[in-house]
Amino acid sequence: MKKEIRIVGFGGQGIILAGVILGEAATRAGHWAVQTQSYGPESRGGGARSEVVISSDPIDYPRVRRADVVVALSQEGYEKYGREPGIPTVVVDSDLVEAETVQSLPFTKTAEEVGHKIVSNIVMVGYLGALLDVVPHELLEETVLANIPEGTEELNARALAAGRVLYENHAG
Amino acid sequence: MPVEFDPHRVVQVLGQTETFAQGDVACAYGALLGGCDFFAGYPITPATEVAEAMARLLPRIGGAVLQMEDEIASLSAVIGAAWAGSRAMTATSGPGFSLMQENIGYACMTETPCVIVNVQRSGPSTGQPTEPSQGDMLQARWGTHGDHEIIALAPASVQECVDLTRDAFDLAEKYRNPVLVMTDGEVGHMRERVRLPAADELEIRPRGEPTTSPEEYVPFLAVKGGQIPEMANFGTGYHTYVTGLTHDERGLPATDDATTHSRLVRRLCQKISSDVDTLTRVERDDEDGATVGIVSYGISARSAAGAIRILRGEGERLNHLRLIGVFPFPEKAVQDFAEGLDRIVVPELNLGQICHLVREAVNGTAKIELVPKIGGEILTPDEIIQAVKHGGESV
Repeated sequence: MKKEIRIVGFGGQGIILAGVILGEAATRAGHWAVQTQSYGPESRGGGARSEVVISSDPIDYPRVRRADVVVALSQEGYEKYGREPGIPTVVVDSDLVEAETVQSLPFTKTAEEVGHKIVSNIVMVGYLGALLDVVPHELLEETVLANIPEGTEELNARALAAGRVLYENHAG
Repeated sequence: MPVEFDPHRVVQVLGQTETFAQGDVACAYGALLGGCDFFAGYPITPATEVAEAMARLLPRIGGAVLQMEDEIASLSAVIGAAWAGSRAMTATSGPGFSLMQENIGYACMTETPCVIVNVQRSGPSTGQPTEPSQGDMLQARWGTHGDHEIIALAPASVQECVDLTRDAFDLAEKYRNPVLVMTDGEVGHMRERVRLPAADELEIRPRGEPTTSPEEYVPFLAVKGGQIPEMANFGTGYHTYVTGLTHDERGLPATDDATTHSRLVRRLCQKISSDVDTLTRVERDDEDGATVGIVSYGISARSAAGAIRILRGEGERLNHLRLIGVFPFPEKAVQDFAEGLDRIVVPELNLGQICHLVREAVNGTAKIELVPKIGGEILTPDEIIQAVKHGGESV
């Protein structure tokens, strides 16, 4: 089993944290995982890219070679990374990206509905967790809760669950 | 006062034995496991997380962490702490590493054990602060002026950040020399599974006191026919005059004597260079009948391993030599590796640094081809595959 995931957007959207959570959850589930990222020197804004490789075997090259999933949370990110031919699954945030022929999902809107748009990255993690199907939801939730600030557990748990529901309602 | 190494306390402070950690933090774990009890540093991307982790962890084992005013002062503080008996470390990146060069030479000349982590970033100068490179490798060897030797290790994984940083401390103590842990922004910031040892797997050899009495102690005279003098900590009744000037075995300046200078500097170099076989640390993966090989180190070894896996899957035969210890340069291991090969491909995140040493060692028995990459992205397996199939840059 090998899954290569690439999440792109701009600084401040929490996409690196999303990658860390996916990688850590995969490790807790007994898989091999590597999480990497790229970002510029700007303290706000700027492009950001988070990559996770999950595998049943030890991983040599730590980056995405052939993405299984690309999630774009910014127009620029989508233009740069979401348009390569042959990516099996491309997902964009419907509030942030205009794109044809890809899955467009309301991560930001869903986050607002569960309480705050700041957890849109966790909604996305919930969605990805269901899509990838390599980590049980409980383990993913445990990992989310270990990586978010004290006092925000309920909000994040709701966001994660809402993301999973998004997948179940949009699958196929 | 230095802190006595307590494996149980270290393990307790580090927490879980299996964890998902980033390379920089793993260097901090390795430091504690290696008996480090003093850290002085200055923040710099992408090494700041090492200092942050040390600041969180070291006080909990009784150690001290100082943020100094700059990188020059950071290594100065480390050198001072080492003479007080501490196992001391700093961490930086390219621009800070450049500032530290004078003190690296001072540590070599005064035989001060210390560990320096360089999380290499794209240069030269301020460059691309958040992007990785392997651009400081020859600087690691020759950044400071004069004849000297350096021990440099190149982690290629988060686990190796733990293990090699830990090993660096024993090496620094044994050879009484700076030891460099040359990681990079990719390994430093990536997260992987890491396994930390249990308390009963931890042991360090404490520096102890010299075997001669203070009255008979000659600070820079190697005892028992070796090349490395026993070190005496300040404040223990032994007196050592420590100077970067050429000195005699008593430590006193002797700059007008060519013989003394020659004897000192040759010993400083030979104590490491003559031990190159012991210090050689490589990983070799051969296939019968291969005529092409890859020599790699650090993060580029991960890209190379991916390339080799893919090529072997297509039926190609390749050999791979990964340098874990880069300096002293393992000439013999590289020569040995080259036997029977027509071509050796060297992938690096720079415009060619270690490839020249490979070429020198191989001395014409195989053609050396470089796969250089700069700009912040690590080499992809496909870029290395291209070079293997169609030729790299001639060196």
